[in-house]
Amino acid sequence: MKILTLCGAGIGTSGILKVNAERVLSRLGIEAEVVAIDASMLEAELEDAQVILTGPEFVERIGRTFADVIVVENFFDTAELQRKLEAALG
Amino acid sequence: MDKATTLPGLPDAGIVLAAPAGDWRDAVETAGRALTASGATDDGYGADMVRMVEEHGPYIVVAPGLALAHARPGRSVLRDGLAIVTLAEPVAFGHPHNDPVRVVLALAGASSARHLQLVAEIANIFNDSDAVERLAAARSADEVRGILGVGA
Repeated sequence: MKILTLCGAGIGTSGILKVNAERVLSRLGIEAEVVAIDASMLEAELEDAQVILTGPEFVERIGRTFADVIVVENFFDTAELQRKLEAALG
Repeated sequence: MDKATTLPGLPDAGIVLAAPAGDWRDAVETAGRALTASGATDDGYGADMVRMVEEHGPYIVVAPGLALAHARPGRSVLRDGLAIVTLAEPVAFGHPHNDPVRVVLALAGASSARHLQLVAEIANIFNDSDAVERLAAARSADEVRGILGVGA
């Protein structure tokens, strides 16, 4: 499974989401590749992605996709992330 | 994960406590000046950080009260660097959930890979803790360094 984390530069807030998503996924025993990207990489990465994690600002940018788009409020709250990932993947 | 931090040092010049800021731009620019004063960036980086918010919105407000200001690695980055600005009065960035901001953490990375690594370490500091509260209340540079687990 491939999970994208999306932000403005692909190296800041998406990096936080990547680290915390990997932590939650290992807690849940789910194997996935988590890739931090910026909006310019979206088209190339989107096709085989199952889940996109991002903040409220980037949702509109994503457009049509079969992936589950998860909007994260507090990027440091792994409990929020776990709840939302479980809901999307369960 | 490796316990030893690879975060860069945070000299006094990179810490501004109880800074007055009229708006989000002012707050980010103060953090930019702190990065420059600490020797991590030239003064173009602060403007780059402001531009990121202008282009992409207030998404850098990653948790209640905390803005993670940054721009892309580039010519303005002289070496990895951190700056902490606590605000005398909280400032709205326009974020739907995490406003108002009380602490700006500015980050410069010498490369994208390095930037991601630094962000990962910062995530470890702020996960499941009251680090934002403690930073906002910090009264000395040493206290700030203690909370982040970094040297001067």
